[in-house]
Amino acid sequence: MSTRLATGGRLIDRTKPLNFTFNGKRLRGFAGDTLASALLGANQMLLGRSFKYHRPRGLVGSGVEEPNALVGLGRSGRFEPDQRTTTTELFDGAETVSQNHWPTLDLDIGVVNNWAYRFLPAGFYYKTFMFPRFAWKHLFEPIVRRSAGLGRAPSLRDEDRYEQAYGFCDVLVAGGGVAGLAAALAAARKGARVIVLEQTAHWGGRAPVDGGTIDGQSPDDWIRNTLQTIEKMENVTLRRRCMAAGLYDHGYVLGYEQIADTTPGDGRPRHRLWRIRAARVVTATGALERPLAFAGNDVPGVMLASGLRDYLVNWAVSPGDRTVIVTNNDDAYRTALALHEAGLVVPAILDARASVTGALPDAARALGIRVLEGRGIAKVHGGKRVTGVSVCAQAGEGSVLEDIACDAVAMSGGWSPIVHLWSHCGGKLLWDAPRAMFRPDAARPPTGADGQPMAVAVGAANGVFALSAILAEAKDTAPAPAIPAPDDEAPMAPVWVMPQGAPDALRYKMWLDFQNDVKVSDVQLAAREGYASVEHTKRYTTLGMATDQGKLSNINGLAILSDALGQPIPATGTTTFRPPYTPISFGAIAGEARGEIFQPLRRTPMHEWHATHGAHWEPVGLWRRPYTYLRHGEGLHDSVRREVRNTRAAVGLLDASTLGKIVVKGPDAGKFLDMLYTNMMSTLPVGKCRYGLMCSENGFLSDDGVVVRLSEDSWLCHTTSGGADRIHGWMEDWLQCEWWDWKVHTVNLTEQFAQVAVVGPNARKLLEKLGGMDVSAAALPFMTFTEGVLAGIRARVFRISFSGELSYEIAVPASEGMAFWTACLQAGEDLGLMPYGTEALHIMRAEKGFIMIGDETDGTVIPQDLGLGWAISKKKADYLGKRAQERAHMANPDRWQLVGLETLDGSVLPDGVLALAAGVNGNGQKNTQGRVTSTYFSPTLNKGIAMGLVRHGPQRMGEVLDFPTEGGKVVQARICDPVFYDKDGEKQNV
Amino acid sequence: MRRYSVFAVAREALRFHQGWARAWANPEPKKRYDVVIVGAGGHGLATAYYLGKNYGIRNVAIVEKGWLGGGNTGRNTTIIRSNYLQDPSAAIYEKARSLYEGLSQDLNYNVMFSPRGLLMLGQTEHEVRGYKRTVWANNLQGIETEWIDTARVQKLVPIMNTLGPRYPVLGALYQARGGTARHDAVAWGYARACSDMGMDILQNCEVTGVRSAAGQVQGIDTSRGPIDCGKLAIVVAGHSSVLAEMAGFRLPIESMALQALVSEPIKPCMDVVVMANTVHGYMSQSDKGEMVIGGGTDGFNNYTQRGSWQHVEETVRALIETFPMLSRLKMMRQWGGIVDMTGDRSPILSTTPLGNCFVNCGWGTGGFKAIPGSGWAMAELVAKGTPGPLAAEFGLNRFKEGRFIDESVAAGVAH
Amino acid sequence: MLTLTCPCCGVAAEETELAPGGEAHLKRFGPGASDEDFETYMFARKNPKGVHFERWRHAYGCGKWFLAARCTATLEVFGTYPAQTTEPPADLIARIKTRRPDWEGCK
Repeated sequence: MSTRLATGGRLIDRTKPLNFTFNGKRLRGFAGDTLASALLGANQMLLGRSFKYHRPRGLVGSGVEEPNALVGLGRSGRFEPDQRTTTTELFDGAETVSQNHWPTLDLDIGVVNNWAYRFLPAGFYYKTFMFPRFAWKHLFEPIVRRSAGLGRAPSLRDEDRYEQAYGFCDVLVAGGGVAGLAAALAAARKGARVIVLEQTAHWGGRAPVDGGTIDGQSPDDWIRNTLQTIEKMENVTLRRRCMAAGLYDHGYVLGYEQIADTTPGDGRPRHRLWRIRAARVVTATGALERPLAFAGNDVPGVMLASGLRDYLVNWAVSPGDRTVIVTNNDDAYRTALALHEAGLVVPAILDARASVTGALPDAARALGIRVLEGRGIAKVHGGKRVTGVSVCAQAGEGSVLEDIACDAVAMSGGWSPIVHLWSHCGGKLLWDAPRAMFRPDAARPPTGADGQPMAVAVGAANGVFALSAILAEAKDTAPAPAIPAPDDEAPMAPVWVMPQGAPDALRYKMWLDFQNDVKVSDVQLAAREGYASVEHTKRYTTLGMATDQGKLSNINGLAILSDALGQPIPATGTTTFRPPYTPISFGAIAGEARGEIFQPLRRTPMHEWHATHGAHWEPVGLWRRPYTYLRHGEGLHDSVRREVRNTRAAVGLLDASTLGKIVVKGPDAGKFLDMLYTNMMSTLPVGKCRYGLMCSENGFLSDDGVVVRLSEDSWLCHTTSGGADRIHGWMEDWLQCEWWDWKVHTVNLTEQFAQVAVVGPNARKLLEKLGGMDVSAAALPFMTFTEGVLAGIRARVFRISFSGELSYEIAVPASEGMAFWTACLQAGEDLGLMPYGTEALHIMRAEKGFIMIGDETDGTVIPQDLGLGWAISKKKADYLGKRAQERAHMANPDRWQLVGLETLDGSVLPDGVLALAAGVNGNGQKNTQGRVTSTYFSPTLNKGIAMGLVRHGPQRMGEVLDFPTEGGKVVQARICDPVFYDKDGEKQNV
Repeated sequence: MRRYSVFAVAREALRFHQGWARAWANPEPKKRYDVVIVGAGGHGLATAYYLGKNYGIRNVAIVEKGWLGGGNTGRNTTIIRSNYLQDPSAAIYEKARSLYEGLSQDLNYNVMFSPRGLLMLGQTEHEVRGYKRTVWANNLQGIETEWIDTARVQKLVPIMNTLGPRYPVLGALYQARGGTARHDAVAWGYARACSDMGMDILQNCEVTGVRSAAGQVQGIDTSRGPIDCGKLAIVVAGHSSVLAEMAGFRLPIESMALQALVSEPIKPCMDVVVMANTVHGYMSQSDKGEMVIGGGTDGFNNYTQRGSWQHVEETVRALIETFPMLSRLKMMRQWGGIVDMTGDRSPILSTTPLGNCFVNCGWGTGGFKAIPGSGWAMAELVAKGTPGPLAAEFGLNRFKEGRFIDESVAAGVAH
Repeated sequence: MLTLTCPCCGVAAEETELAPGGEAHLKRFGPGASDEDFETYMFARKNPKGVHFERWRHAYGCGKWFLAARCTATLEVFGTYPAQTTEPPADLIARIKTRRPDWEGCK
């Protein structure tokens, strides 16, 4: 039985009991408990099932390394699977459920996998499940998927919120143990801005549990005093419950702060993600104890010696009455001493070392604890709980020397420095053979922007365990020259398999990765089959791929692998350490950017009006434009058709504010625009408008728009809505990087102006009603512009048309956009004015045969394909894209070219459909000879109209093409002129 | 080669699996091979496999700097699809997809090809038009795809939020026969089959130089000594420019980091692959239960196999928008690979300025799905010296002629 | 997650403020150039694993383009300099040679 002791527990507050549930059972813990300590204190040793064999699983550790004790936590919009109980603080009302079993934790059908373990070694699925061919998808994979996985998937939208923050410092200390605090203090005293991150709720790390003296003080005293000193220093920020999750290039550190996990629904963000730039990072991340590989080391009740000690000292929880210690080093003796002090029984300490001397073993012996030298565990007895161990000689093959009854086993295979942060960004490791550990190689650190080291490891994370050495090291944060063993400890002896000569039958029961069920035998099988790279072994066996990412299993696994390959451990090397150090919530990664503010929303000055007048939105870049304005009870199609017909018959109003507006000014502006556009812009007279095309340097049409000559030295370039920023950047690129001696200045004024298109036969009447400007045909002919006042608002009026109707586009200062829009609505009331959206805009331009960037163009189309040769100057020696368009494939007369298409039956051609040609190509694909680029039902002509690109199209007027559509149906369409409406332009030229 | 089967596993179980042979041999390099392939990733190994299988060329070495399958083959998000717009792309990816269907049986190694279906979400009118265009093209290319409406999308993926608010799902391009496979197994399966044909897979063998005479390739220098060859195939995604430099030519390629990440494992909650290209993210669930997530490339030249954090944030935001439940899961691991980005973002399978030297590179963010087709086409190119129909359009000369294969056209992306 | 100092405004800008622009010091070829020269200009890239000269725009800062010398294998930044030049400044070349003695120089 595990139980709560009557006294003790340095982290719990017995005056504050907390209620929680596990699988519906009501349990009680104390403030200061973790879920793990509370569960263990309530005699809940069995907490889950393993991944592959569904074996019973209990707590192994007490911190981030825990692979087994994961639960589902919370309910509905706050349910979360795979919560690590050892790092989750207990709170009142916590609801937890165990995972990966059916129907119940105690009775799990999946355990049949365990009985068949010999048939399911590493990688068995690569060798089986191949026949018949369809069986993998339909039979085997569903079984594998259902059996695998851990927690239940959440199904609801997260009810919590998250936030992100930035931090900057000279020194970031990762880890608030003795080494971290000492390093922080030393750096702060030198005047550095310091941030200290501690992943747990407590400062001081392991020292208070492990004991010893620091500068003549007890660990608790030293930590308290040091914190008091640090807290007074303004240049230090201390942050608990904040894990340094990753180290990225150029000193970028990710901090994962847990704020409101224990107070769900209190309104605070649940997590905060810190993005910190640090000039230097001190990794004081401590070390993790390693398990030992002996048969049955996964039975609930077998725990890490340090973890067991933590439960005892920090939370006054006894995992069992009789605990056998098994170790290869002195540290585990501290657990024996702690158990003894708590009044619990240690039947024996099995020490794999041949002879054991030193202060700690002597202390154990002095208390009357049996210390058996050169001994190990042959086998653990018990199923869902340890009932005893069989003792064997470590040097032998597992013959049982004696059986010892016990209900817990504390194991220690030595310690591994936590080198994750050091390694994330390229820091290298060296193998410390005497202590059997990889530790940071100070000669090969991760380097920063300047090529200099950006991290230094201290304390246990650097392989420095002795408290005195840690303090000395912190003084100058230089790595300690010679690394002493922990104070007064005898050397450890590497033990990778217990006993060393264990036969197969035992190796099949020695777990390396407790969650993923990877055993010593699996790693040996991988080596035997040639999966000899450590990465191959990892991937073949899934060793270290569980949620703990191999914190307990990696070193043991690669030692087994090295042994199997007959090579030293450093020759095998480690797998790559990748962020995050422990899993971090996606919620925190996304931060506040979700829902409406998932991305920035650009609004025109009239945005709110649209929203309240039935706008059906269409995303256009970060803008949203009204696709159409729905009236009550109206469908989308009806709404669009109404808008088109009304605009053509009376007058329509379009919010064109999203159109790009870039002013290009300066003595060389004309020359510059001649390079940028395919046609000549330098010759455009002041006050005139000209349609222009821009190509990429690779020759493809990239944007179009009307260019206006505002004055002798300035031009206004309209771009597409989506293209404004890109085109402005494009201009700046050429001006800054190629023609930097040209005197040109560009400004992107897109958001400084609201732009309104007044379109239709009544457009002029409307403007005249607004008053303030002569907009007559004589004063303002087609393709001209003027400046003045309209409706009392300063305005630029462009007489341009994208619809074929009499049309004005009026630009007013953005701040006056809504006022102008309102003025237009009022003036248009008795002129039949209706606003229209983007779809009506598209239809009207298609009826006129105007191309649309993104429809007729797609990055593969050149202006010559679109019959736009008239907009390509023959006089210019050069423009961007000109040389590209001279290449063989671009000059090829077989390129598909723009035509109109009308179906023989008047129907609407499907979007993007292809015109069939005879035969198939070399790959058996049907040949094609064209495709539809735009297709609409024309409310004006009352039939389907389309534009498309067709091979030799303009020479094939009247020919009928076959367009295969759904279900083998063929739609026939005749090639025609792309201008369907008002071919002579009489409407727009009035 | 001892065949893998459930019976073989059962037999071995009785003797603790002591009888399994190596999956592939670990030979010493010979002095000369008919063909040397640089790069033992999926593409290199598949090239070797089909050289042997289709052309009987078996005196082949596959030379690998690190461990086989350790480049992008072992780092990608394992998506397999062939719903490409342009004919040449559709042809080679469909060839690959159809080979994947029988690959486990062909290689006698379960690569876990899972044709679970793949959705590319249409979230803007423009994207919808692009995907509809792709469906028509696919129909004529002999590829089964269809445009499905929002209701069907929701039914296929109950955990998806199709309602926006910013980018509501308007429908999706659906390829029912797209899916995933186990990426490592693809490399391992090919390696085992190549080794079985007598080919030499030389791991930990870094190429340090390419030797040539009179414009013809003669051999390579490696960290394990010089090796002569009749023909040389460079199949080293990420490092193509480095090898090309050794061979004396330059490629239209830039190396960039592409990142991916996985969640902790959970029980099955999504049975198809979903790509959301407007918001830039894609996701599937592995057989182990992890949500496997990827996004776009980082954008600057990089050989470090590490990416920049902001791209992870962008990708995760996009996917939480699409799958709100994701917010309550945790990122377990993130990593990066180095991909070749070509001038038109389409691959290169080509002869080179150096005689008898061929390149297969430039697969950008989408190489895994192409492996069998790429190997098939590359084997033909190497064996015959000129490309067959699958590789014909992917030659280097297209950059000079302006004859690009641009898949970004249909709002699609290359992954 | 790079930081680059913008030589125009002096800000040590972080990557989220910057837009990458590919290889620097490309010589533009226009009408009249051979197909080979044009192809080289448009597509052939050095793409070295090591010292790389490249274009960046301080897009969400001062808006100016600038050039950087950076190691693509370690991400060390040797220096940044204004875009209005056809070759890297001599002191930068010298600095790179100190940091990378086996560097073969601008090829």
